[in-house]
Amino acid sequence: MLLALPILLPLLTAIVLHLLPQRSRLLRLVAFAGSLFVLGTAAFIFVRVQQTGILVLQVGSWPAPFGITLVADLFSALMIVMVSVIGVAVTASSFAGVDPRREALGYHSLIQVVLMGVAGAFLTGDIFNLYVWFEVLLIGSFVLMSLHRTRAQLRAAFTYVGLNLLASAFLLTAIGLLYGQAGTLNLADLARAWPERRTPGLDAALSMLFLTAFGIKAGLFPLFFWLPASYHTPPAAVGALLAGLLTKVGVYAMIRVFTLLFPDPDASVYRVLLVLSAITMVVGLIGALAQRDFRRVLSFNLVGHIGFTTVGLALWSPAALGGSILYVLHHMLVISTLFLVSGLFLRQRRTTDLNALGGLYRSQPAVACLALIPLFSLAGVPPLSGFVAKVGVITPMLVGGQYLLAAVTLCVSLLTVLSMARLWDEAFWKPAPVASSASALHSRLALPILAPIVFLVGLTLALTVFAGPVSTLTMRAAGQLLDRNTYIRAILGEEVPRAAR
Amino acid sequence: MELLLAVVAGVLYAAGLYLMLRRRLAQLIIGLSLLSNGSNILILSAAGVTRAKPPLITEGHPLEQFADPVPQSLILTAIVIGFGVLAFSLVLAHRVHQSTGSDDIDTIGPDRA
Repeated sequence: MLLALPILLPLLTAIVLHLLPQRSRLLRLVAFAGSLFVLGTAAFIFVRVQQTGILVLQVGSWPAPFGITLVADLFSALMIVMVSVIGVAVTASSFAGVDPRREALGYHSLIQVVLMGVAGAFLTGDIFNLYVWFEVLLIGSFVLMSLHRTRAQLRAAFTYVGLNLLASAFLLTAIGLLYGQAGTLNLADLARAWPERRTPGLDAALSMLFLTAFGIKAGLFPLFFWLPASYHTPPAAVGALLAGLLTKVGVYAMIRVFTLLFPDPDASVYRVLLVLSAITMVVGLIGALAQRDFRRVLSFNLVGHIGFTTVGLALWSPAALGGSILYVLHHMLVISTLFLVSGLFLRQRRTTDLNALGGLYRSQPAVACLALIPLFSLAGVPPLSGFVAKVGVITPMLVGGQYLLAAVTLCVSLLTVLSMARLWDEAFWKPAPVASSASALHSRLALPILAPIVFLVGLTLALTVFAGPVSTLTMRAAGQLLDRNTYIRAILGEEVPRAAR
Repeated sequence: MELLLAVVAGVLYAAGLYLMLRRRLAQLIIGLSLLSNGSNILILSAAGVTRAKPPLITEGHPLEQFADPVPQSLILTAIVIGFGVLAFSLVLAHRVHQSTGSDDIDTIGPDRA
């Protein structure tokens, strides 16, 4: 029952939000309380997983290969905790004010639907169910993105919808082919049955289909164009939700499916993924340097840093995978924080165009210093969490003799420092452009808009202080991912004979 | 039969992808629905097309006589999801047309916010 709660609680909150009288203060409180409950259960799941190992829930008590299974191993538990943290921050940021029209159209319950879909994708142990959760979170995010009517926002929404539906069609195709060969949909059962049944041709086709489907969702190199074209238009809180969670669901699904179904480190798909990850980093950061809008710079940085999170899977060693998981956790926190920071600019200047920003350090030094932490953490300046995560990603490359890759990664890190320093300089440090009126400059930012940012920055600092224990945890999570037999045994029980086709 | 279904699925994929490359939103949406129908047919044919009884399993009959119900339930789920998504994207396209008077993605507006 415990494992179903991160899915059921947001659903319940969404329903309650529809039934309540539509007064914004009440709705915000209920949504916030709902996310706090989810955070509580997520933390409890995490503690239980740490103590007792992989948790399994057979939904409806159907035995494993026949029903839908919910599974929480260490990786899932860490991701669930992160999702609920970002859920709390995003729902809290609505206290600072939401466009009343969006609120009337169901803004709060849509956020809960997205959170439910993400939690479902992280917890499911069934590949078709994974597809269904992808659709749930996509529909929620589609509606969130298209609640607006400006031309740029509609265009962004259409790009987003079209490409994500294409990815879903590819995923469905791959699942259909997989079922045709293996005769099961349960991930653990597939992990046992598929490697025996595969043929080289089918293996290549399926792995490329999965790579394309998850690559579009994660934002890998040739498939990322929808992301910078759409993430800069929605309001800051929605941007924070989508940027922090959706690409990471793609990365999570990629790691989960590939470690279970393609356990051959020499497979050509991993060489493809390695090259794509490296190109993603380079292209993302070069793209970021060319942009003149705070949120567009962030979107390109988001793309570039996805490369850091997939490279560990491509290298296929516990240390590299652990480093990538640590990077995912750090990146979710920091990129959400930065999208929330962009909300400050929208509040004060009604734009995130860097040409119109500036002078914020003079008017509000404390806020500027607060924003400095996530910016430099993303850049990987020691001792912040980004540095720790980058060390976790790069060290295995050096140990494994991948010097060229390590050099590329380090150069990309340097570009990130440049990009982040430029952001801070343009948005906070340089003198304000004359056009902005003095009243806008000196309007104080209220506590409600700052509190979620402070909360997330505090967690980034905590991740920095407790980097040792956390990286031990992610190493253990990676070890669990690469040890398929424990996963299979936890779900299917002791040495059950394989389900006959 | 399987060959025919395979060809149909292939044609649907090709037509769907071609339509998705067009600039008009209506064609993009038709392309998406062709693509999802193509993947439904692919699931059906990949899981094996057999002449068998409906899977209302009774005692005394060997299991080989019954068809596998799972691919059909997968397709049913996928059809329901595809229908919802199609309805949503039609509404979105309608709203784009309302606010811009065009359904050409390049004339909707500048890329910048």
